[in-house]
Amino acid sequence: MKRVIVIIGAAALLYLAWYHWPASPRAWTDADREILQSLSIKSLPPLPPDPSNTVADDPRAAKFGHALFFDTRLSLNGAISCATCHQPERQFTDGLPKGQAIGTSKRNTPTIAGTAYSPWLYWDGRRDSQWSQALSPLEDENEHGTDRAQVVDVISNDPVYAASYQDLFGDLPDAADRASVNTAFANIGKVFAAYERLLLPAPAPFDEYVAAVVAGDEQRQAELFSNDEVAGLQLFMDKAQCLQCHNGPLFTNNEFHNTGVIAAAGELPDKGRVVGAREVVNNEFNCRSEHAGDNANCAELEFMRTGPELIGAFRTPTLRNVAQTAPYMHKGQLPDLAATLQHYNEAPDAMIGHNEAKPLRLGRGELHQLEAFLFTLSSPLAIDDDWLRAPLPQ
Amino acid sequence: MMRVVCMVALLLLGSTESAASDTTWKSKRGLFVVTYASDLDPLEINKLHGWTLQLASKDGEAVTAAVISVDGGMPKHDHGLATQPRVTQELGDGAYRLDGLRFHMRGDWEVTLTIEANGVTDAVTIKLIL
Repeated sequence: MKRVIVIIGAAALLYLAWYHWPASPRAWTDADREILQSLSIKSLPPLPPDPSNTVADDPRAAKFGHALFFDTRLSLNGAISCATCHQPERQFTDGLPKGQAIGTSKRNTPTIAGTAYSPWLYWDGRRDSQWSQALSPLEDENEHGTDRAQVVDVISNDPVYAASYQDLFGDLPDAADRASVNTAFANIGKVFAAYERLLLPAPAPFDEYVAAVVAGDEQRQAELFSNDEVAGLQLFMDKAQCLQCHNGPLFTNNEFHNTGVIAAAGELPDKGRVVGAREVVNNEFNCRSEHAGDNANCAELEFMRTGPELIGAFRTPTLRNVAQTAPYMHKGQLPDLAATLQHYNEAPDAMIGHNEAKPLRLGRGELHQLEAFLFTLSSPLAIDDDWLRAPLPQ
Repeated sequence: MMRVVCMVALLLLGSTESAASDTTWKSKRGLFVVTYASDLDPLEINKLHGWTLQLASKDGEAVTAAVISVDGGMPKHDHGLATQPRVTQELGDGAYRLDGLRFHMRGDWEVTLTIEANGVTDAVTIKLIL
């Protein structure tokens, strides 16, 4: 009897040791170094041009867009601006499961930083440019709750805005002419986008660590990363398979995946991309619309995929500054990084569609290491602080 | 015994599509040979790009007026392509333009071209490692 208890006790101790034991870092290989460099912010290509937005890279438009971004007059109650939910001090998110503005938004507020690189906007990719995305919240009854006529009215009747508009686009719109208002509304979206294009992450400790690995500077590596952070990075690349979707310098492939996230409490499962794909094709401000001009490159829309595989699929979010953007997932269902990593560790069956992820069977020590690594992706935005607060009145 | 296993393996391989080189692939029934040239060389993840396909019969003659449909994905991950690529143009002399490819993960990919030409249909599966 005593022997049985000893054996069971030893087995339990071994299991606990396995469960809590952290992974040990291994030496970096040439193949690892290639992958690490692909993840470095230094590998981020120059901003992709947006031929559907003639003012995308015009500094006057960026300045105008900056003012509009913080302007609460562009809302039903005069109290909501883009910055209400996209708060600069929170990496352009709001810390809530779902955005709170005029009402409650349908989904979690994602960051804006780096979205200039994505062919698709929103969790379900229902818009195909930053400028067409920027228009939707203005007319969403739960967000700004206003409409295009009122937005155009604000621009036309503010002397500074009116002058900025005329400088960029010529005549002010004719409020009585629907087509003229629609064109002006699209132009205002393009002004927002000129500002939003500037919001990009600066180098993080991770990027400095990659530089040290590439240089073979072991002392610098040890100064920058703890053993847990190195092991976490290696888990991220290998056993935990995070790199499959969170790849490239922004740690996202900008594609759509069903990862079996459960529905928000009290809600039916969200169909995600399969609905977003239908919506973007029919959107009046999409790449094929008259508002995108003759030079727009609509290859993304032309070769867009849909189908049952995209039921319950959502766009891979960037992991840059992920530690600052809780809660997580499309409805903010998971409160923190630990809960998110545990979700991937278990990879439950999807409520609708098919979960692409498989259970990881990581121990608790390994999950802690992964979490430690994710904190190394934190950095400020690569922009002067003046752009991150409301501009002074002129 | 080992020799028998090897022979069976070779026979099995011979009955499916096979690669004469990394970019030249024979169709499943052996009716067509496809050579692709990617706009991105080497291939990279997350970039929308196109290929030029050169389609020949098993005798090496250029195959024209083929109808080619495209599918693919990552079999190990149980998911398809990120995009819906398609042949956008026949360039002549057995050459075709395939546009709209994007591979959004590292790993093993397959691109399957189903080819209808000269009254027959056959499929070739091109295997890629990114």
